[in-house]
Amino acid sequence: MESSVLERTEDKTETLGVVDCDVHPAFSRPDQLSDYLPERWKQHVRDYAIRSANPLLGTLPYPRLTPGNGMRRDSWPPAGGPPASDLDFLREQLLEQCNIEIGILQPLAAGSVAFNMELGAALCSALNDWQIDKFAGPEPRLRASICIPQEDAKEAVAEIDKRVTDRRFVQIAMPPRTIEPAGRKRYWPIYEAAEHYGLPIGLHTSAFGYRPNTPSGWTSFYLEEHFAASNSLQTVMSSMILEGVFEQFPKLKIVLVEGGFSWLPSLFWRMDREWKRMRSEVPHVKRKPSEYAAENFWYTTQPIEEPEKNTHLLDILRWIGPDRLMFSTDYPHWDFDDPRYAFKVPLTPAEKNAIFRDNAMKLFRLQ
Amino acid sequence: MAKFDTTGAIDCDVHPPSPRRADVLPYLDDYWKEIVTTREVDVLEMNSFPERTLPYMRPDWRANGADPLEAMQKNLLDPLKLDLAILNVVSGAHALFDPYLSAAICRATNDWLIDKWLNRDSRLRASMLVPFQNVEAAVEEIERLADDKRFVQILTLSATELPLGRRIYWPIYEAAEKHGLQLGIHAGSNYRNAPSHSGFHSFLIEDHLAHTQGFATQIASLISEGVFTKYPQLKAVAIESGVTWVPPLMWRMSKDWRGARIEVPWVKDAPADIIRRHVRMTTQPFDLPDDPAEVPKALDHLLSDEMLLFSSDYPHWNFEGLDVLPEGIPDATLAKLLRDNILATYPRLGG
Repeated sequence: MESSVLERTEDKTETLGVVDCDVHPAFSRPDQLSDYLPERWKQHVRDYAIRSANPLLGTLPYPRLTPGNGMRRDSWPPAGGPPASDLDFLREQLLEQCNIEIGILQPLAAGSVAFNMELGAALCSALNDWQIDKFAGPEPRLRASICIPQEDAKEAVAEIDKRVTDRRFVQIAMPPRTIEPAGRKRYWPIYEAAEHYGLPIGLHTSAFGYRPNTPSGWTSFYLEEHFAASNSLQTVMSSMILEGVFEQFPKLKIVLVEGGFSWLPSLFWRMDREWKRMRSEVPHVKRKPSEYAAENFWYTTQPIEEPEKNTHLLDILRWIGPDRLMFSTDYPHWDFDDPRYAFKVPLTPAEKNAIFRDNAMKLFRLQ
Repeated sequence: MAKFDTTGAIDCDVHPPSPRRADVLPYLDDYWKEIVTTREVDVLEMNSFPERTLPYMRPDWRANGADPLEAMQKNLLDPLKLDLAILNVVSGAHALFDPYLSAAICRATNDWLIDKWLNRDSRLRASMLVPFQNVEAAVEEIERLADDKRFVQILTLSATELPLGRRIYWPIYEAAEKHGLQLGIHAGSNYRNAPSHSGFHSFLIEDHLAHTQGFATQIASLISEGVFTKYPQLKAVAIESGVTWVPPLMWRMSKDWRGARIEVPWVKDAPADIIRRHVRMTTQPFDLPDDPAEVPKALDHLLSDEMLLFSSDYPHWNFEGLDVLPEGIPDATLAKLLRDNILATYPRLGG
């Protein structure tokens, strides 16, 4: 297909390491997380399971197209277990082959969206222990995310306080499909803690949540759902800006993860246009919305959009600014982006260094 | 003086005030007259589309008690020298829960449009209101008015009870296609579902921002469910949508389709190609870069100059004076969007 052709020569001389902002570690067996739960919650999970907004217990409501709930077919470890559960094979297939200098873990298990919020808090804490024990502890190239039960801000802040001295945690992880829009005051204690500690908050697209995946109800197909789920990142941005979060916490750093990025310029233009005519509704928003975006938001690249005319991606990139984008693979998922091929257009050396490495190094203070 | 010569243009989005009870009473039968009177069905204005508020009524365009058609003629039709204008009533008929009441209000509103608007100015055309809550009645309404060619499309919202591609709605599309009526999707929500993945917003401005999520997912639904495969003549017109959300949707959907097409084997072409054939967007409001020199780049991402349809969005407060279009649109694109694209989209305009 014409649109999948590289419009540049493959660069074989790249030696600089890549920072991958979206790596999904997996449990080696379904009940592995229970090893990290206190006895009370271990029993609870065994006797009552983990209840969440996924209507099915054990199957995805939008079944994926490849085995393992949407894994790369070549990512199954030879030694057994699901993709990304075997550290040795993850080192070989991701870190070595793709020249990843640092990979940031994004656990997707249901701690933050468990209906039982006390269980959710325990699951988040277990996920944090598990990341260190199985991945970020034994492999210094991997860094962890502090999973938090964001709907209970007090517990969430307690979990942040507990982990923050361990520098292997480089961000706070929170789902974008919160019970209320992300800018609402119930979440402000989390933002206050994040700003205080200088920790970015990464909001990773999530496949299910409390509300339908479109403003018109639920989609029928994964083809629609995959795109619709990313839209939650737009709401995170507009809600946080328009509720005045960045007037209160001007140094807060937000990373929007796994939503692509080509929709951003249009949203910037739209926010600014609407703000110009309706700013009297939100007098606490002192500046053009796109100015907050330019200071307080970063974006990971995968799933990178593939314009029919490749060079159109350069317009997008320059409208957003190369200092805001950070490369990500989404390993081991089916729509993985390979750092050698993901950008089909020529980037300047400065853009390339910024997107593949330096922006993340600086934001997450990795050096 | 207008910056653009709109002489002979066709305006695809003009709003009469949504009719109140007194307006529709003459077009209701005795039963419904009694019902809307006793049960206080009067103002049918949606919270997601509040006509009384500042963004929806430019101050210098307020009719202030004058005949709203005369105001429209004086403010819009005459000074812009428009050839035709399509009236869109965005009303609570879309949001009522009772499927029979909704059908009655749709019928009465259509008859009111004919009587008080279409019959009084030959430049006017209209979108037909049909009750998506009552598919059988929607088909009946299409058949009842099909011979009146001044209705050029049926109207629904960017956020509805179910995604628009669902099979339950297909009889409506079958009837519409049979009569050359297109599917107008107008910004707005009937609040059956929250406008965001995280519920309702604090501010109206947030609802406005989220409309693009509604439009994008409605188009994704129409494609994924196979509506455009089944009804190849049908076009969806995104009205008051902002436009530039479309290329990212095309790119993302085409990419996902390459990996996920076994799920929807009836979708034979890349979604970007389907969108170029079947989706049109009106030009006001228009989300574009501030710098007019950057505007052609943003428009080039569509890889088509046939998708844009001129609109003023009268009387909403999107622009001052008669500056009805954003600056920076290339002349060749402008030449097509003012009229030719519109005639090619709506067969009932006789183009």
